[in-house]
Amino acid sequence: MARRKINWYKYTSPASFYPLAGKVIPFFAALAAVLLVVGLYLGFFVAPKDAVQGEAYRIIYIHVPAAWMAMFMYLLLAVYAALGLAFNARIWAMMAAAIAPTGAMFAFISLWTGALWGKPMWGTWWVWDARLTSTLILFFLYLGFISLQSAIEETRRADRAGALLAIVGAINVPIIYFSVQWWNTLHQGATLRLGRSASIAPVMLAALLIMIAAVWMYSIAVTLMRVRNIILERERHAPWVGELAGEVK
Amino acid sequence: MLATLRWVIQRDATLAWRGRAGVLSTLFFFVIVVSLFPLGVGPELNVLRTIAPGVVWVAALLASMLSLDRMFSHDYLDGSLEQLLLTPQPLSVVVLGKIVAHWLVTGAPLVLMAPVLGLQFDLPPGALLTLLWSLLLGTPALSLIGAVGAALTLGLRGGGVLVSLLVLPLCIPVLIFGAGAVEASITGASAESHLSLLGAMLVVALMFAPWATAAALRISME
Amino acid sequence: MKAWAQFFEMGGYAFYVWGSFGVALLLMAVEVVLLRRRRRRVLLQQSDRAPKMKVFKENETTT
Repeated sequence: MARRKINWYKYTSPASFYPLAGKVIPFFAALAAVLLVVGLYLGFFVAPKDAVQGEAYRIIYIHVPAAWMAMFMYLLLAVYAALGLAFNARIWAMMAAAIAPTGAMFAFISLWTGALWGKPMWGTWWVWDARLTSTLILFFLYLGFISLQSAIEETRRADRAGALLAIVGAINVPIIYFSVQWWNTLHQGATLRLGRSASIAPVMLAALLIMIAAVWMYSIAVTLMRVRNIILERERHAPWVGELAGEVK
Repeated sequence: MLATLRWVIQRDATLAWRGRAGVLSTLFFFVIVVSLFPLGVGPELNVLRTIAPGVVWVAALLASMLSLDRMFSHDYLDGSLEQLLLTPQPLSVVVLGKIVAHWLVTGAPLVLMAPVLGLQFDLPPGALLTLLWSLLLGTPALSLIGAVGAALTLGLRGGGVLVSLLVLPLCIPVLIFGAGAVEASITGASAESHLSLLGAMLVVALMFAPWATAAALRISME
Repeated sequence: MKAWAQFFEMGGYAFYVWGSFGVALLLMAVEVVLLRRRRRRVLLQQSDRAPKMKVFKENETTT
């Protein structure tokens, strides 16, 4: 061939996607590790302590990235789900299934760190503010998706049912968020905000953005690892898997 | 299309009437759950009045979830659902008919029963009326949203619990505005904004749910 | 050394700060471990099958 053109379509086949994912995972993992170290260093050793909250505010460097990732990944889940329903290539549904557990984990981390931040700051382990409550509901949406897929044995039905649920859920997320905001402002006189109302120091912002990037790279690496497992499990009778298995022993 | 709609509603309602014991159990569940709260919380009327909107609404929500099973599973088990999928009529119309019948049989009794239960909680008459309106607008929305979950979980083990896990997060906005409307009424404020938002949600659900449910039925049945 | 002690103290918020980061990093590490294990399990299952199938085929000739 005179010119090398990348045929992207071939990567929608699980057998071709598997080695491609395998090649890029170490790259994302390394990036995640580096960004994590830099971000934590900036957040703990360079950024000063907060005037009001003291050292406890540093939880923000894991709480915000986790919350952001949980929301972003749910959107991605819905996008992959839609692609899976539209294009009938199995790889999209596999990606959706691969994202869900990591997204759910970050939703949980967001809730956990939110509680540990709230206790010293506001005296209670849980505050029913709009963002925490919305994150809780997001966590339920993830759990629903995972439960539905594990309750269905036929792979094709599990993929498509999960996809429909994810899309319905994603469409509902703005409605849910708006309702929770309304509910929250009606029921509380003083609005408790977990965010920072004053302007944020540049160092803190930098550390925060780097941590978000770190968690993002981690999520990509882990999702690709999981999708490779899913591919192996679904294609287990294919000869290429047999060859691969032979190499393991 | 209207003829199909009317036919489906009549069929489902007749079948439900013949098996009405099952239908009444939803209503009894609603009544019992609502009555449990004073037993758990204490008889003080001020407290009861405060929690009444939330209690009645959550009980209606739960009763709605539990009754979702009957929307499709009877037809699924005896094979008539398969036949319904094959009719030349648009599936979403058939589905809408089933949802309407389901609401008439499970949701409407709740709406009628709720003001009576509201009396147990010493709600003022204005609030009782708002309760009626909010449930009248809200329970059809719950049936519509629930239908999608019922269609997705057709024939699966785990039954009512799985459907509830899937559908309850999606019903939270209806709960917030439904209970919020009654609460506003109790304090003397206007419940108009809540009720209009409930109405808007009902309209949106009416537009999307039958179509999504039909898609879910196809996914579950292929 | 005193500076390190102060660092771990986190101004009295040690439990909350380290509880947050600790659990988060722990979960992330566990996730990676579980994924690695699952991969090995699937591949080992498949490599177990291949020799068994071969034995079966050899025995078939005796029917």
